[in-house]
Amino acid sequence: MEAFDYVAPRTLDEVYGHLNNGKRTLFMAGGTDVIVQLREGRRECDLLIDLKRIEQLTSYAFDSEGTLVIGAAAPLARIYEDVDVRRRLPGLVDAASLIGGIQIQSRASLGGNLCNASPAADSSPALIALGATLVIASVSGRREIPVEEFFLGPGRNALEPGELLVEVRIPAQPPRSGTRYLRFIPRNEMDIAVASAGVRVQLAPDSDTLESVRIALGAVGPTVKVVDVTSLAGRTADSATIEEAGRLAAEVATPIDDMRGSIIQRRKLARVLTIRAMEGAIERAKEIR
Amino acid sequence: MVMADKPQYRVIGTRPLRPDAIDKVTGRAQYGADTRQSGMLRGYVLRSPHAHANIRSIDTSKALAYPGVKAVITAADFCLPGQTVADLPDLTTNILAGSKVYYHGQAVAAVAAISDEVAREAARLIDVDYEVLQPVLDVREAMLPGAPVLHEAMRTRTPEGPGAEPSNIVAHAVVVFGDPEAALADCDVVVEGDFSTRMVHQGYIEPQAATAMWNPDGQVTIWTAHQGSFPARQATATILNHPSSKIKVVLTEIGGGFGGKIAVYLEPVAAMLSKKTGHPVKLQMDRVDVFEGTGPTPGTSIRAKLGATKDGNFKVYMADMAYENGAYAGTAANYATMVATACYDIEHVRLDGYDVVVNKPRTQDYRAPSSPAAAFAMEQLVDQMAEKLNMDPEKLRLQNSSREGTRGSMGMPFARIGHEEIVQAALDSDHYNSPLEGPNRGRGTASGYWFNVGLRSSVNVTVQPDGTVALSVGSTDLSGTRTSLAMQLAETIGVDFEDVKAAVVDTDSVGYNDVTAGSRVTFGTGMATYEAGKNLIAAMKERLATTWNVPADDIQFEAGKFSSPDGSKSGTFKEIAQLVVGRGPGLTVSGSVNAGFLQGGGFAHHIVDVEVDPDTGKVQILRYTAIQDVGTAIHPAYVEGQLQGGAVQGIGWALNEEYFYDDNGRMLNSSFLDYRMPTTLDVPMIDTILVEVPNPLHPYGVRGVGEPPIVPPLAAIANAVAHATGVRQYQLPMSPRRILQTTGKIEE
Repeated sequence: MEAFDYVAPRTLDEVYGHLNNGKRTLFMAGGTDVIVQLREGRRECDLLIDLKRIEQLTSYAFDSEGTLVIGAAAPLARIYEDVDVRRRLPGLVDAASLIGGIQIQSRASLGGNLCNASPAADSSPALIALGATLVIASVSGRREIPVEEFFLGPGRNALEPGELLVEVRIPAQPPRSGTRYLRFIPRNEMDIAVASAGVRVQLAPDSDTLESVRIALGAVGPTVKVVDVTSLAGRTADSATIEEAGRLAAEVATPIDDMRGSIIQRRKLARVLTIRAMEGAIERAKEIR
Repeated sequence: MVMADKPQYRVIGTRPLRPDAIDKVTGRAQYGADTRQSGMLRGYVLRSPHAHANIRSIDTSKALAYPGVKAVITAADFCLPGQTVADLPDLTTNILAGSKVYYHGQAVAAVAAISDEVAREAARLIDVDYEVLQPVLDVREAMLPGAPVLHEAMRTRTPEGPGAEPSNIVAHAVVVFGDPEAALADCDVVVEGDFSTRMVHQGYIEPQAATAMWNPDGQVTIWTAHQGSFPARQATATILNHPSSKIKVVLTEIGGGFGGKIAVYLEPVAAMLSKKTGHPVKLQMDRVDVFEGTGPTPGTSIRAKLGATKDGNFKVYMADMAYENGAYAGTAANYATMVATACYDIEHVRLDGYDVVVNKPRTQDYRAPSSPAAAFAMEQLVDQMAEKLNMDPEKLRLQNSSREGTRGSMGMPFARIGHEEIVQAALDSDHYNSPLEGPNRGRGTASGYWFNVGLRSSVNVTVQPDGTVALSVGSTDLSGTRTSLAMQLAETIGVDFEDVKAAVVDTDSVGYNDVTAGSRVTFGTGMATYEAGKNLIAAMKERLATTWNVPADDIQFEAGKFSSPDGSKSGTFKEIAQLVVGRGPGLTVSGSVNAGFLQGGGFAHHIVDVEVDPDTGKVQILRYTAIQDVGTAIHPAYVEGQLQGGAVQGIGWALNEEYFYDDNGRMLNSSFLDYRMPTTLDVPMIDTILVEVPNPLHPYGVRGVGEPPIVPPLAAIANAVAHATGVRQYQLPMSPRRILQTTGKIEE
């Protein structure tokens, strides 16, 4: 690890003052990935900007429309321990409570997990299922994009030079909907997803008909895979439909062979996890209804 | 469970608090990397990116010129006058490569500098010119004619003499009893299998670290977390060509070893860097270095057959056992021939053991080295035999069990051993008698053996003026042996445990001790401690003779009390010590023993329940019971901890651990993220049953307990998975992917 400069600004304006000066700059929204990568020589930088001192980036709140606005550097543990969040967004809690162990979760953030752009990241399939968007800011303004448009490839995201991710926005969930995120790991904790699935379903007011379904898969492609499940809308939430969702998921998966899993194994897991996550999502939707 | 003939003890069998506990839980204990010396430099070791390559040249000039660098060394610095690096022995080239590298991660050069960062940066400037060679990674491929040869000079040692051609087969050991071929034809039932296990690491929590100071007068001090201060001193002396008496090794606390810290890696390098710079130099590994550059345990390929009569009497066992030694010659397969059949009385045996070099790290011991893989084959065949004969596997084991007098695999009859007792304890256990219900679940059992060693030990005991005693030990305390030795001394001299203070001391301060391994310290150093206790009582009697004016031989010592022949004078150990030492000259005695090579053998038997997820292939351990003949449990809580730790390491080995290489021989998973040891969430409480069959070779009946418990888990879990899925598991690890493959859920 080569020496680098470190700053911990208090405001976004201060952050902008450190950008666009030709320095190789990295942001730290927790440091649980970036510090390890620097130490192992997988990244290099001249300047590391710590975002943890910026109030706006480390807080979270539901706004008047019920959207949960999460600062990009807010620690995961604070989010998933929040009683309101646990009640309103259990699908988010599924993912946020899986990223690392308790010490890691006290530092790590959704923003960091997203910007790291690992295909196996736990936050992204869940956030996509929840219909979340991202607010990206720079000295010249803000823009908002859906989470699924943020990833360009392994380790590559849609941030332009001079931009940073400032907010994750999770809209109020549709009525009668439920979301579930599941990943497969060989151990029971402290591991990285071999494959994962986030599923949201919305049921009709008085029947088990699916009004809408969203499915996103992790670790089965260079970026999160969003499964086209328009064909499932209007069908009954029964085992045949769930099986069909699993089949669609396996079809979309384009995984790689590596030490963590094989192509065939990951396709199989995409199917199995989609089925199990969908069953869980339907159960949650029914509880709410 | 306690045998009826166990003597009553005062201290042995109790569970006192460990004296090193507070330092360890508060972080105050000093481990290898905590060593700080004034003027200390930091070292860094450059490692090979290739698995197999000739080193054409090493240019260190740019690194030497880097600001802050004090020295750069290579293997050439270890050559005697007239020697070249090609002449250096394996011992030396494994710590800094000579003319060749044999594995990815092998040390090639080392830098000493004013800081760790400077040393690392400078190491990047060392220019090594490699000629990359084809590696060979699979043990069976390495045995084939035409495989890339690691060592041109290697000729296979066989019972008929050395082979004619260069070969990767280090040695072919053959053990034959009876007439196995003929007996096989007479068997009613024969089961067989082609088994393989993967290279795994001990996974000790503390990476290696060593600091050395070479004084101008040639006196060298080394601070290290090592399993044996005296063997480390000898190996370092040999590599440095420096008298061992001029080297003092100071042991720090050690964060696990399991056999993996018997070899030296950093000690001679730090010493040479200190010699060159005149400063103390500290070297420490990180986890990548530990995985890639230290010695794991071999992967294996074992083809085995078990034959029996229709009544379930084992008649013949035949096994062809190939063990990876890694980059240099080792003895794992030879060990395997010594342990493979130990649990059973089998008349006809043929064991062929092949030690084989491959382009992986030089392997080292790991708890009962060679035995878990040998048991993975044997105990699955026993399970299959029970299925074929429609017998309870425990009853089949009991029917064929070794006992006192049975010929062991080394040819000698066993002394009193407890294999029958532990299998019976399994049959009687709550676990075995509780039904296992529900789909995708299975129960498995397996036995295991380790021979355990004695070797040489020495301790000193000093009497304090207040009548307490200090016990100075030369054996590394891996597992609480300061306590188990202090308890034996307290028992011997009749004092309370709290009146004995035990410490591990350096190589100048106590007589010779062999390595802390082979489950030998509580046994062998325990015998030395017992000797020291007896010597101390004798020395006290000599002094008391003058004070009491009676012949020393007539003084009685019983139940912790000295008394004069007529009973008129008496006193406890503490009272008498205050009298004859407190007011007299100091008193230190020693106890030194050679406890022999073998100590009589330890047997373990495990029961495990698993559930297999049919869709993901994941195996969950539901319930686990470890049963063992522990001789006499000196400190039962420590003994239980050994059984639990061994079982958990075995669970990891069985389910997910493996060295994962690319085709070029580069290890890809050298981190605890991708090298998957079990966490607390992956294992249930490991229940233990201690069976005490006292070892007749030790005054208190001690048997080594650290190694047998890693032997049964691989086979026990494989048997459980076979019963849960209906599919026999021949290969480790039984990872989710492997389970999906073998159960036909995915085809690849």
